[in-house]
Parts: sequence; C-alpha cells; structure tokens
Amino acid sequence: MINVLKIKKDFPIFENNPSLVYLDSTATSLKPRPVIEKLVEYYSKYSANIFRGVYSLSEKATKEYEKTREKIAKFINGKKEEIIFTRNTTEGLNLLAYSLGRKIIEKNDEIVTTIMEHHSNFVPWQILAQESGAVFKVININQSGDLDLYCKNIKIKKSKCKMTMQNSKLINLNNIITKKTKILTLTYISNVLGTVNPIKEIVMVAKKINPKVIVIVDAAQAAPHKKIDVLDLGVDFLAFSSHKMLGPTGVGVLWGKYDLLCEMFPFNFGGEMIAEVFLDKTFFKDPPYKFEAGTPAIAEVIALSEAVSYLEKIGLEKIEAYEKELVQLAYQRLKEEFGKNIKILGEGNIKERSGILAFNFYNLHPHDVAQILSEKNICLRSGHHCAQPLHQFLGVSSSCRASFYFYNDKDDVEKLVEGLKEVKIKFKL
Amino acid sequence: MFNIYTEIILDHYQHPRNFGEIKNPTKKVEVANPLCGDKIKMMIVFDKEKVTEVKFTGVGCAISTASASMLTEYIKGKTKEQLKKIDKNFIIKMLGVSLGVNRIKCALLSLEALKKLL
Repeated sequence: MINVLKIKKDFPIFENNPSLVYLDSTATSLKPRPVIEKLVEYYSKYSANIFRGVYSLSEKATKEYEKTREKIAKFINGKKEEIIFTRNTTEGLNLLAYSLGRKIIEKNDEIVTTIMEHHSNFVPWQILAQESGAVFKVININQSGDLDLYCKNIKIKKSKCKMTMQNSKLINLNNIITKKTKILTLTYISNVLGTVNPIKEIVMVAKKINPKVIVIVDAAQAAPHKKIDVLDLGVDFLAFSSHKMLGPTGVGVLWGKYDLLCEMFPFNFGGEMIAEVFLDKTFFKDPPYKFEAGTPAIAEVIALSEAVSYLEKIGLEKIEAYEKELVQLAYQRLKEEFGKNIKILGEGNIKERSGILAFNFYNLHPHDVAQILSEKNICLRSGHHCAQPLHQFLGVSSSCRASFYFYNDKDDVEKLVEGLKEVKIKFKL
Repeated sequence: MFNIYTEIILDHYQHPRNFGEIKNPTKKVEVANPLCGDKIKMMIVFDKEKVTEVKFTGVGCAISTASASMLTEYIKGKTKEQLKKIDKNFIIKMLGVSLGVNRIKCALLSLEALKKLL
C-alpha cells in the first residue's frame, strides 16, 4: 500500500505550501528530501570537478558521479558504459538525430514516428527528414487514443481489432515499417493521452519486417511511473529526464546499445570527450564519455541516484498500480459531476492509461480554467503540452491536463472537482 | 493575481462587442499566440485618418477576448495618431486587473493586431 500522508512528509514543498494540490508531475515532479540533501552534500562536502583532479575531493565527486551511472544502468537493465548523461530527454533525442540520424539517414530512407509525440521527439526527426530528403511517416491514433497500428499511416480509419499487450500478432505494421525504414522513434507513454504503448510488441513486429530498423523510445513519462527493462523491450535507444522522476533538473539519461554508440559521431566536442588531440586530428574517448563533453551537471547527476533509490524503495510496480487506480477514480468523479461538459482526450483507454488526464471543460479556454484553479492552489497545465500535432489531430487548440503521481491522493481529486465547480460558478455556467 | 475575472471582463468575454466580420475592410490582419492557440482576426475601416468601423473574430481565452472587445470599443472614432499612442500600459489600465507574466500575452494579442492595422 502507498501511504500518501507519510510520503508527503518526505517532500519539503508540502511543508512550505500545506494546501498545495500539485497535479502537474508530467511537467516536472516534486523532489523528496534525500534528493535535495544530496545536492547540498555535494556542494558543501566535495564540490570538485570530476575526472580531472587527482586530489581526494575530485576522486570522491567522480566516484559519486559514476555510482549514479551504475545505478541508472541497473534501474533499466542496461550496462553502465551505455548510460550517457545529457541535460534532459530533449537533448538525448536531439543527440540521436544529430549523431545517429545524420550519419545513417539518406534520401528516400524512412523515419517513422507517431502523432502522439512530444515536440522533442517529433521536430528533430521532421527537420532531419527535410534536410536529407527522407520520408517522414507519422502513425496516427484511433478513437480510443491508442496508436492506430492497423491501418495505413496518415489516413484516419477506425480500428476493428482491439490491441492487447500480450499479443503482438494483432499489431500490424505493414505499410508503416518497410525495408527503407531506418528509424522508428516513439513515446512509451503519451504526455497528453496517458496511453501506454506496447513497445515490446511493436519492436518485435517492426524488427520482423526489417531487422535493421533502429527503435528509439522517449521514456520521459515512463521512467517515473513504470519499471523499464531495455533488454526485455528490445529497443535500441531510450531517453528520459531526471526531473520528472524526483531528481534534479538539468540531467537526462540516454541509454543506447553499445555497438551503436561506438559507431555514432560525438554530439559536442570539447573537454573530457577526447582521447588525444593533435594539430591535424583528434581521437575521441569510448562511449559514454565520447558524448559527455564539458563539465556536466555534477551535483544533479549525483542526486539523481537518490531519486532512483527513493523510487525503488516504494517500488515502481506499486506506483504504477496506484496511479492507475487514482486516474480512474478521477475520471469517474469528473464524469459524475460534469458529464458531457468535461471532455477527456482519448477517453477510450481510461482503464489502461498512466496517471494523465487531459480535458476540456465546457467551452472554456484552458487558461481560464487553470487560472481559477490556481487561485485555489491547484496546479495543472493548460496549453498544448508540447504536442501540437496531436491537438490538431484531435481538433482542439489546447487542453487542461491533470497528472497524478504517488504523492497525490483522493483528496487531490476531490479538490480538483471542487475547483472545477467554482470555475463553473465564476463563468455562470 | 487575485480575481482577474471581474464582472467587466466576464461581460466582455461572454458578450464580446464588435464581434464579427466587415465585408470590405480597409485592412485586415490575423494574429496568433502559439503558446495557447489563441487567434484573433481584426478588420478595420478608415475614413481618411479616422476609424469608422472595427470588428474582430477568433478564438481565445476570457482575457484575450475581453481585451479585443474593449479595445475595439475604444478605437472607434479615433484617429491613427491617437491609436499609435496605445501601448501595453494602456491595455493593462483598460482591463483594470493585474496579470502575471504568462497571461499578459493573452491581453496583448489584440494590441498586436491593432498595431499591424495602423
């Protein structure tokens, strides 16, 4: 069982804002005390640069930094030399578009993504395709908010079969993945619909059609809420952010298969990524250091380790199950109170979704809804959540988004309902 | 940022003045706020230097709609010279509420449209 009252005590922000109803963990999560303390520990006890000094403070900092790398590797079942620290998921995905994409993509090759991507996993590939003359394919979603893997991409068709997580035979990627597809890049969990994509099954089917296709997964919304095993998923690259999983801002993780990392260009050139520099040429270090030029966010990387420990202590399976329950309760309560006047985006997958509910309330602009809720100290997101193609596809310009984490509970749901009732009153609806 | 939804703003939001199209405007423009998807189309008729008619359409939040409604009410009958003096502070005063850094963009969308019409 998840004891939310006890958990809240671990997050100092609730001490300073006792009435806070934080429903925006999809944007960034709150931070527990051990993470904050670890940041302070680095700055007050061993704030030296890493790799460079032979003195003991630098060695301690280096040791702590590398400890996080090992911890992250175990966390997702990868190897430590396959863990690259970036600034965030966005940088990890851009790194791939540059260092991998620009090396392998040629004219008429295909890059496949989906309509439910965050801009950070959409725009880098769209631009790459434009630059190289490659074909940019976008998989649509069906009425229920799942990927439409049964029809030709682009065309909107209602899918007849119900996709199941267990059966990859139902997934049809014909016409989507071809021999020309070099990259398939998709999100694990949609940051708007909360849809959990069947990555393992998709990878199996895609690689059956074209064993050479490289699969990239944006796990920004998955890593904080779900146990990830990169080997089991069978993917080639996976990126996520520290700040969405209780860790500090400024750190992201990119995992990639070692052989592929070796073949890739460096992303940035400079300090700590070189082996030897001569007047006429430069030799680079092996991965992951080849991709970590310059002084990284040392304190933040070190503190990320505490975030992982905290998540593991509670257990990701428990977190996932708890959020699923909470989001269903929220859905049920919102529907009870407001019926047709609240429109949930991608309503069909409510039983299978992660803790995210994007909605439109009456015909009000999401900014107005979020503003009135903010007067009650209820924080939720309004806008297009960096997913404009998805909103265009759904025919709305923006939405409100409430997202839940394991420090949220039934009370937060009720406060959201009460807050929306007040919005109704204010606008005389 | 307390209670920005005053009676006046809500009234202009729910019953926007000068909402609609003009058949043969002297000029028309469309402006958008990419952050929230707000769009305002504004059209204007000048008789020499003077505004004789102005209308707007579009989708937006309460603040951007009320701002456009109140601004179009004000500018009717004014000269180009007078309208050039309208700035951010004028809009804030006109709305009579204090807006945060994010919402101020909504309020200023109609001003952007007006500037393009001059």
